Amino acid sequence: MSKPTVKEVLLNPILNNNPIALQILGICSALAVTSNLKTAVVMSIALTLVTACSSMFISMIRSQIPSSIRMIVQMVIIASLVIVVDQLLRAYAFSLSKQLSVFVGLIITNCIVMGRAEAFAMQNPPLLSFMDGIGNGLGYSAMLITLGVIRELFGAGKLFGIEIIALAKDGGWYVPNGLLLLPPSAFFLIGLIIWGLRTWKKEQVEKPAFRMAPQVVEKEAY
Amino acid sequence: MSNRESTSRTLMVALAVSLVSSVFVAGAAVSLKPVQVENRLLDKQRSILSIAGLGDAEMSSREVKDLFAGRIKARVVDLQTGEYTDAHDAQLFDPLKAARDPKLSDALDGEEDIALIKRRERFTTVYMVEKDGKLESLILPVRGYGLWSTLHGFVALKGDLNTVVGLGFYQHAETPGLGGEVDNPKWKALWPGKVLFDAQGKPAIHIVKGGVDPASPDAKHQVDGLAGATLTSNGVDRLLQFWLGEQGFGPYLAKLRTQGV
Repeated sequence: MSKPTVKEVLLNPILNNNPIALQILGICSALAVTSNLKTAVVMSIALTLVTACSSMFISMIRSQIPSSIRMIVQMVIIASLVIVVDQLLRAYAFSLSKQLSVFVGLIITNCIVMGRAEAFAMQNPPLLSFMDGIGNGLGYSAMLITLGVIRELFGAGKLFGIEIIALAKDGGWYVPNGLLLLPPSAFFLIGLIIWGLRTWKKEQVEKPAFRMAPQVVEKEAY
Repeated sequence: MSNRESTSRTLMVALAVSLVSSVFVAGAAVSLKPVQVENRLLDKQRSILSIAGLGDAEMSSREVKDLFAGRIKARVVDLQTGEYTDAHDAQLFDPLKAARDPKLSDALDGEEDIALIKRRERFTTVYMVEKDGKLESLILPVRGYGLWSTLHGFVALKGDLNTVVGLGFYQHAETPGLGGEVDNPKWKALWPGKVLFDAQGKPAIHIVKGGVDPASPDAKHQVDGLAGATLTSNGVDRLLQFWLGEQGFGPYLAKLRTQGV
């Protein structure tokens, strides 16, 4: 396996190895915070920072971590960073932190952060791990922002809370699709995006994990 | 690196990581605390202003501060006697802290405690908006248990001490989309104009399931319940019964009616 380059780790996760679309990680928060663009952007920034910093710190002490407690050590570092991010939001973006409520705290359990720490930062130097964290954060952000734009624009006729399409109830022409503001719509959209991405980049299509056996031929039992 | 997996080494690493992390977290929490406290206060003031119909959620923090200082008068009330008291400074007094202090609060027994708040403070802060020396609206703090959490909010009354100007909660943890809809502007818009007390001066306001029948004589005392959130609706109903009743602001409101502000 050749050594990964900075450019690779930074750009690959956006389309080629997207944490949500290919690795199917971090779906929960992608459903919850994307009903408007503002929370989606704040969540993206928070997750990118946490992933990057936690990967860097874990990579810095990777040769010291005993393998028996490596997951707990990773968790402690990730949790500390998340608490700091949460405190910062409460201090400088109070109304947003109220809207994001538990989801900032739940970054701790976001599989992307832990996944990158375990899969990449434990084997690679700090700077590269930091970049890998940024890259995966960007991949997550790209998906969240796409969802946020679609959901807020067609669900409420707004972007960042500013009216883009005049709604029918305010004398405009557009009747918003209320379903888009509910969490299941993010599920459908993610599904459609994955479909589109895999039609475009065929190598992302997974091999079937197992094949259905043909139906057993029924014989009369004597 | 042969001893990297040894027990003593493992303990050392665990200790070192915990120590560094805790210093980091504690440092952030302590240094950001003043800003956060300021934010919470501002949020409460913003909520008081918007419930009293004096502003909206879009105001800048400067506007909130100026408007609050200019229009709102805070006084501490003795809930038992209904008299104002100067024993506590209205700017500094924290009723929620008092409710946890055995010297400043009373335990409620099961039957009295319909809002499920366990202890009621003896003194609390009320807010008034005055115009030309007359009471325009009175804002009372209320709280009670919903489904998952204690809802903290305010109810604002007109100068007649009977008509609702607004109701709103600034802090709760009800299910988003169901009980959390207590924050929905459409639901909150149902409240202004409702009448809190019946002819005998007893709290008559109720949240009803299935929608209010506008033809009913009680419609002025009734508000639609929240769809899919019966327990939160019941909680809001009961907390209003409690705080408007004898255990809550009853004595204070009775005094205001007979003697004026």
